[in-house]
Amino acid sequence: MFQYILRRIITSIPVLFGILLVTFSMARVIPGDPCRAILGEKATDAVCERFIREKGLDQPILTQFGIYLKEIGSGEFGQSFRFGMPVTRLLAERLPTTVELSFAALIIAVIVGIPLGIISAVKHNSWVDVATMVWANIGVSMPVFWLGLMLAYIFSLLLKDTPFWLPPSGRISPGIPSPTLTEVWGWNFAKGSFLAGLFDFIGRMNILNALLTGNWTLLKDALQHMILPAAALGTIPMALIARMARSSMLDVLGQDYIRTARAKGLSYRTVVLKHAFRNSLLPLVTVIGLSLGSLLGGAVLTETIFGLSGVGRTLYEAITARDYGIVQAFTVVIAVFFVLLNLIVDISYAYLDPRIRLN
Amino acid sequence: MTQDNEVATLDTEGLSIKSVSLWRITWKRLFRRRSAVMGMIILGILVFIALTAQWLAPYDPLQVLIGVEPVKQRQAPCIHLLGCSEDQPQHIAGIDGNVRDEFSRLLYGTRVSLWIGLSTVTFAIIIGTILGALGGYFGGWVDNLIMRVMDVLLAFPSLLLAIAIVTVLGPGLTNALLAIGIVSIPSYARVVRASVLSVREMDYVSATRALGGSNFDILFRRIIPNAMTPLIVQGTLGIATAILDAAALSFLGLGAQPPMPEWGSMLGSERNQVFTAPHLVFLPGFAIMVTVLSFNLLGDGLRDALDPRLAHSA
Repeated sequence: MFQYILRRIITSIPVLFGILLVTFSMARVIPGDPCRAILGEKATDAVCERFIREKGLDQPILTQFGIYLKEIGSGEFGQSFRFGMPVTRLLAERLPTTVELSFAALIIAVIVGIPLGIISAVKHNSWVDVATMVWANIGVSMPVFWLGLMLAYIFSLLLKDTPFWLPPSGRISPGIPSPTLTEVWGWNFAKGSFLAGLFDFIGRMNILNALLTGNWTLLKDALQHMILPAAALGTIPMALIARMARSSMLDVLGQDYIRTARAKGLSYRTVVLKHAFRNSLLPLVTVIGLSLGSLLGGAVLTETIFGLSGVGRTLYEAITARDYGIVQAFTVVIAVFFVLLNLIVDISYAYLDPRIRLN
Repeated sequence: MTQDNEVATLDTEGLSIKSVSLWRITWKRLFRRRSAVMGMIILGILVFIALTAQWLAPYDPLQVLIGVEPVKQRQAPCIHLLGCSEDQPQHIAGIDGNVRDEFSRLLYGTRVSLWIGLSTVTFAIIIGTILGALGGYFGGWVDNLIMRVMDVLLAFPSLLLAIAIVTVLGPGLTNALLAIGIVSIPSYARVVRASVLSVREMDYVSATRALGGSNFDILFRRIIPNAMTPLIVQGTLGIATAILDAAALSFLGLGAQPPMPEWGSMLGSERNQVFTAPHLVFLPGFAIMVTVLSFNLLGDGLRDALDPRLAHSA
């Protein structure tokens, strides 16, 4: 197992290197002057000259790449000209929203998708099965942005003045207090220390914050705001998971050992839940892991529609505003996260199926 | 529908003594699958609309109707059959934000979407096939280099990578198509490479080599035809993804630019009007969904029909 993990980590090094190469060249092939692309149109010649010297943009390209690697290694992504703050701090502010949204979407996808898939496999060809598969086919075909807008239209406008009303945008309603974790618990960390940053990061995830501090008004409000974006973002993974759960369950249910288990007198329920379900989990791990990655792409659209300032929306706005400091940093972080995710999926796959790691 | 087909296939089966080609079997099995037939019907209708849009559309999709007809900006649909007063001009999908006939724009949008799907996937299949075939056939450092580059492309969430490429190239439909094409190359390269690896050592390939066939001959006459099956399936499903991604790019303003009647951009430019003019958001999105659905259904059907493990169940 250890050997497998090691091998898998080593093979992802060239990929990481490639990602850095891509993001490095991205900022250098953009048409126009790199200084004004990064600092903004208003930068004066004197400022630009200094910037080019400081960033080493007058050095040979290989040296530049070296400087870039060093910067990333030290977590120093430079400044955002639009926000006038270090990109790293901006990332720490925006990432919690996206993490919360992605996990909420994934949770919805898993707790709806897996049972649906299993039920349609067990009741193969019944109306439940047909309905689930029709729904799953439609689900993977829906544009995320359209679904989001339609959900907002239904739940925020048509169902206005009913108990089902949900807010169309934002993370919490104005006026709802959301004290940080350290405030509530009365802990004091030195400003700028790692722990202060960590608790600040956790505290920015409203739902988690509300749960940890027992702030029920905040919890209700944050959940209400989260339902629509998470449902919109989670629909495609939900459909994929339901389909995969069904086909892999059908596969397993046709195996000899299932018949054996039934033959030795175990109840159908036990066989399905204990024998079949566990063995059908394997392909599901891949789908779930890879969905989490694609959620990041969908997050750009969902966050834009629902007015959430997360990583996706910030990245998109940075791209349209040509704020390359942000674009470079956020792309690197997302891609590296994606690679790590693939690594985790592969490793858990190997853990669940010994045949893979021995091969 | 299904039953008729069943009878028809049984008939020919009883009469035919000659060998049945793989394509024949595939067709027969494809027609037996309800979802594949659904997909083909929807797709047929869409192709028909795309080809005849200029006759079907009541208006020019780019024509601004100010001063031409008594219509207001973002007016709700007016259908005479459903009780809209006869003295009003009929606009069955309403009027868009620039006072154009939404229905005509939707019809013309079919063209754009089908073109997007076909062109990006064709591009990706051609490049992906060449790269995958070279890698799989020659192995060694060629293979390593190509596949590592593919891994890097796969390391980015596809929509984000497409956004990044469009940023570098500049917004516009052509650049968006190129970006989506590039992003989808790796999946085809992988499919072709896997097939090449699996048939490279087959006897008929060695035989071609012994007969003096060149690398080119072996690759394009013997190996690639054998990779067609998974490519067709992947390509059909790939069209669905390409249309979705292109619509997303246009929605964000990075793909098709107004006034082109492209569904994603039509939806994107009216997204803030969802509460006041929901038809302008609902209809283009619905059109995207139906188109993507047809390719997904057909792709799934093809996968089942072409699966050799099920070959004798037909």
